[in-house]
Amino acid sequence: MLNLKPIALDIFCWSMLFALGGSMLVSVGLAQTQVETGQQLYRANCFACHGPDGDQVNGVNLRSGQFRHATTDDDLAHIIDNGIPGTGMPPTAMPEASRRALVAYLRSLHAATGTSTAVAGDAAHGQTIFEGKGGCLGCHRVGEKGSHTGPGLNGIGGRPADYLQKSILDPNETVAPQNRYVRAVKRDGTVVIGRRLNEDTHTIQLIDDKERLVSLDKSQLRELTIQKTSPMPSYQGKLSAQEVADLVAYLQTLR
Amino acid sequence: MRFIITLMAAAAATLPAQVTWDRLLHADREPQNWLTYSGTMASQRYSLLDQITPANAKNLELKWVFQARSLEKFETTPLVIDGIMYLTEAPNHIYAVDAKTGRSFWDYQYNPSKDARVCCGSVNRGLAVLGDTLFMGAIDGHLMALDAKSGRVLWNIEVGDPKLGYSITHAPLVVKDKVLVGVAGGEYGIRGFIAAFDAKTGKEDWKFYTVAGPEDPKAQATWAKDSWQHGGAPAWLTGSYDPDLNLVYWGTGNPGPDWNGDDRDGDNLYSDSAVALDADTGKIKWHFQFTPHDEYDYDAVQIPVLVDGEWNGTPRKMMLWANRNGFYYVLDRQTGKFLTGSAYAKVTWATGLDEAGRPMRAPNMSPTKEGTLIYPNLFGATNWYSPSYSPRTHLFYVPSWQESNMNMAKIPVQYAPGQRYTGGLPRGQNTRRGNRNTPDESQAYGAVVAIDPKTGKHQWEFKMSDVTNSGVLTTATDLLFVGGKEGYFYALNAKDGSLLWKSILGGSVESGPMTYRVDGKQYVTISAGHTMFTFGLKE
Repeated sequence: MLNLKPIALDIFCWSMLFALGGSMLVSVGLAQTQVETGQQLYRANCFACHGPDGDQVNGVNLRSGQFRHATTDDDLAHIIDNGIPGTGMPPTAMPEASRRALVAYLRSLHAATGTSTAVAGDAAHGQTIFEGKGGCLGCHRVGEKGSHTGPGLNGIGGRPADYLQKSILDPNETVAPQNRYVRAVKRDGTVVIGRRLNEDTHTIQLIDDKERLVSLDKSQLRELTIQKTSPMPSYQGKLSAQEVADLVAYLQTLR
Repeated sequence: MRFIITLMAAAAATLPAQVTWDRLLHADREPQNWLTYSGTMASQRYSLLDQITPANAKNLELKWVFQARSLEKFETTPLVIDGIMYLTEAPNHIYAVDAKTGRSFWDYQYNPSKDARVCCGSVNRGLAVLGDTLFMGAIDGHLMALDAKSGRVLWNIEVGDPKLGYSITHAPLVVKDKVLVGVAGGEYGIRGFIAAFDAKTGKEDWKFYTVAGPEDPKAQATWAKDSWQHGGAPAWLTGSYDPDLNLVYWGTGNPGPDWNGDDRDGDNLYSDSAVALDADTGKIKWHFQFTPHDEYDYDAVQIPVLVDGEWNGTPRKMMLWANRNGFYYVLDRQTGKFLTGSAYAKVTWATGLDEAGRPMRAPNMSPTKEGTLIYPNLFGATNWYSPSYSPRTHLFYVPSWQESNMNMAKIPVQYAPGQRYTGGLPRGQNTRRGNRNTPDESQAYGAVVAIDPKTGKHQWEFKMSDVTNSGVLTTATDLLFVGGKEGYFYALNAKDGSLLWKSILGGSVESGPMTYRVDGKQYVTISAGHTMFTFGLKE
């Protein structure tokens, strides 16, 4: 039902970082000036490979707060200094202070991701709506409940409240390329409808409306349509403002 | 004793010939081998081998694979010399393997200095050969010579100081008795150069600075104040050579800082240029600058493709160049004169080329503090990926990124030795995310475009869902081989771009295909992910 981007777009990430910046970062004990210096260093040194969201290298997400080769800040500083042999991570010539600033910035990414803006809503009541009146589990999965046909909502709680609210009230505005729905017609006339999981020049992978993982050969299709709109209905007018706030409060508990 | 003598006599009789300069110069006469990075001195990446054809390409099958230990990008184009393949894996590890089976004869791992700084991967693109000696550049700015029979190092010199960001990532080019290399480091405020070294000793023979300094005052004046000292203009890809003109052609990279041109007013010669150098002296004969005063990181680091043919009814020595800046050019390679050019992808930073081939800059299209949306993005409409020219179809095949854009913002930057010196923040649309691809219509896509050199018209285009970092190979049977970031490797019909065969390699193709023949059988080799694959026809 909810149509939420599982992966933030560049602009969203940066704007969120800026929006959440000052008070939040201070609240997790990071010196803002050091973080800002680190951000500049990241842009100059790391951006080309790791990308704006820190997740451009396969299997590496700098926002996750977890690193394969590092646990402590010292570990991270050591990697920045020495690189990781056998991988694309090169050594740098950064002074110690710069390395520390960069580490502070990397830590702040996780802090920003893991912190949310307070919403005036009742999360418990929101869960009741989610699982009952809202019918959200018909498409979305949380924990072990619900369907896989829509985007899973585990971990959605890191998103800003206004984004979550918009996703409930105006799903078409927030549907991401990652969550587009596909209608494919095979040569024999069989229609397959599902959420696109992956696509390349010759094939497309999706989860269909019966929760089956399906891979299709495009050359064997008579028709392939990728919907830009969301199949999720708007809850505008169907839920009260307080109910929407409650729902948002519940979603923000999903970490 | 008689046995030993017999053995020695037999060995002498079958001793493989050395790779003389004459063999390199006429590499097209022995298409069973692949003797230079681009196949021949003209760098057309075109092979005369004809066993694999459009009719039987469907019968291609995997013959052997080589698994790299490195998790870096696998950008090498191997050499094949009389049945032996010489390849490199990142950062600087050489293998000599049987070209029929992939089994190793020897390997040599050079451990680059920890001081090495590389902007974009600790990569290596291959080797050069002369006689029985192999030559490899290293990411710590070293150049070395090795015995092709054993991998023993014969000499090893420092070409540029790694602490200052100098590195070598491309395959050297042998010209006569010299080994030529350029340096990478355009993101570290280096002063770029191309240099020639004695193949026997490693002694420097000549050096040409791609950032003009006091030795070239007129060109130095294209740099404000002392900005030339850290002007970049790296040369990180292999050049080409015309024996009739005795000219070496090389592409140069971006001026530094990349996205902030405030302190380097002027055209910034010889950044983003094709330079023609006397092969014996390194003196510049002519230059053609594709992107004067670049603020977008549009390195002219592409393979110079040399073509002889008619131009307006007159025989002409030409050079074809599809540039990262989105324009395609034909130059007279004797004089550097611009013959024609046009955009081959969406371009917004310039409105076109004037009569001399100089780009006409679009207003308000420089990076700003807030950022400016620019087509193509920093990775360019193409990049270092080898194009190909077929003298049969007379088409120029370019691996391209179409509809790419990026928001380019500039930030202040001060030079500090060995530190990044880019002055910018490009962001926004760039590449797809690994092996999960859910494209939308606003994202760039990859395409091989077949350009008619005379008109710039696209004869055909082979589109891919994701972008491509692959080179292109064409053959005498009008086959075209290319890969893509999503891991496919294709055989296309070079005449019309139709798909003949494909294989799923499971990793991004980040190298150029090449072909060779051993014991009467033609093979095609390509790297993808961390693996090199060699294909041949089913038996």
